[in-house]
Amino acid sequence: MTPLSVTISRARLTYGGTLLFSDLTLELPAGRTTCLLGPSGVGKTTLLRILAGLAEPEPPTEVVTGDRQPLAGRIAYMAQQDLLLPWLTVLDNVLLGDRLRHRRPDPARVEQARALLDRVGLAGRERDRPAALSGGQKQRVALARTLMEDRPLVLMDEPFSALDAITRLRLQETAAETLAGRTVLMVTHDPLEALRIGDRLHVMTGRPAVMGPALEPSGPVPRRVDDPDLLAHQAELLRRLAE
Amino acid sequence: MKALLRGAITLLVLVAGWQALVWATGLPRYLLPGPLAVADAMQRQAPLLLAHGLTTLAEILIGLVAGVVLGGVSALLLARFRTARRWLMPLLLVSQAIPVFALAPLLVLWLGYGMASKIAMAVLVIYFPVTTALFDGLRRTDPGWLDLARTMGASPAAILWSIRLPAALPAFWSGVRVAAAVAPIGAVIGEWVGSSSGLGYLMLHANARMQIDLLFAAVLVLGLFAVSLYAAVDALARRALPWQPDTQPAEDANP
Repeated sequence: MTPLSVTISRARLTYGGTLLFSDLTLELPAGRTTCLLGPSGVGKTTLLRILAGLAEPEPPTEVVTGDRQPLAGRIAYMAQQDLLLPWLTVLDNVLLGDRLRHRRPDPARVEQARALLDRVGLAGRERDRPAALSGGQKQRVALARTLMEDRPLVLMDEPFSALDAITRLRLQETAAETLAGRTVLMVTHDPLEALRIGDRLHVMTGRPAVMGPALEPSGPVPRRVDDPDLLAHQAELLRRLAE
Repeated sequence: MKALLRGAITLLVLVAGWQALVWATGLPRYLLPGPLAVADAMQRQAPLLLAHGLTTLAEILIGLVAGVVLGGVSALLLARFRTARRWLMPLLLVSQAIPVFALAPLLVLWLGYGMASKIAMAVLVIYFPVTTALFDGLRRTDPGWLDLARTMGASPAAILWSIRLPAALPAFWSGVRVAAAVAPIGAVIGEWVGSSSGLGYLMLHANARMQIDLLFAAVLVLGLFAVSLYAAVDALARRALPWQPDTQPAEDANP
């Protein structure tokens, strides 16, 4: 699959009569992970939901893809909650997309799902129900389910924010490894998270909100937590967020 | 085992209280028969109780199955089609606003003295709890799951079958539990209004002949049915929902 670039431009959002932003542009370069940071209520999740087709864009908002084709059906979505279905096994949860599209999971797809579970470190847990897993393991299954969809654009809305610090760090590593080479938009509150796995970081602040310039940390992802560069950038990001 | 023992002790205390009341008040047998008299009647009239009991049991079971199926299908239609919500919702409310007891004579008139009118009564009392329970469940799906399904390109029908319905099953089974508890009421009221067999008929008959011990025996058999039916439905619900955790405090389950 060739990576896809996506641009959302002239974005406008009003909520309850208040203008949250207008004429906002966000570029998602092909094959890169873009992180969007900002305080709660700034409208970053809405931007992601517009791309996901879950929110109606307000005119004159435009979504343009690199190949000029519509985005519908070409995204995979991962939310803050794992959204696993408690009545399905781990394996069936990974194969949920096939089930919802009335596609009988053929052996090749099942094998692919097993391989993905193995990749996120959950080999042998295929037949368990989500209730038997820890929070971090559940989010790993959600990551496998997202990868199973195998879509050109991956949209992640604070995917690791409900996890404890250590679990979060481990999952960031797995995510960075498995998502490499895809176009990803990740919305997050956590500057450290963005710096560990993001190629390009934008800070969105103010009311009406403006999109800050892209910050591009150097070095391959996932970056080390004690990387001096990363720590310097973190201070810079915190300063921008506080503005 | 402990639960069984507790149940037996409760029963024993109730029966002893009953006997004490009979002794203390000295009420005649045709007003309040003692537990021994009732047990005696139960034994003597066992074939009669069994024959009438089977009629009532059949009415309850057929009514329960038919009512649950009808209620389940209605709730699915309500959830899936806006037109169904518009046309069926008022009907559903009216079906509950009119007391079923008021309809009983009509049902007997239309459907005859046989089982059909009693089954219809049972269905009428079951329909509403089952429909509203499942419909409520179908409306309360986690919005996150619906978002996820939409990004996966699922059709509304696929979302209903694969996500909303399984998610609503715990609510549905609550409705079926209520249905199991009220189904005997529907059947017996149908029998009171007009019938030639069944426990309700036997009760009226025994009452008119001052055979109060037989009346009590019939009530006991009916109570036995109701309790067993509820226990069976409850066990079925637990089997059907193995993923549904029971969050009752643990000390409740294992004292």
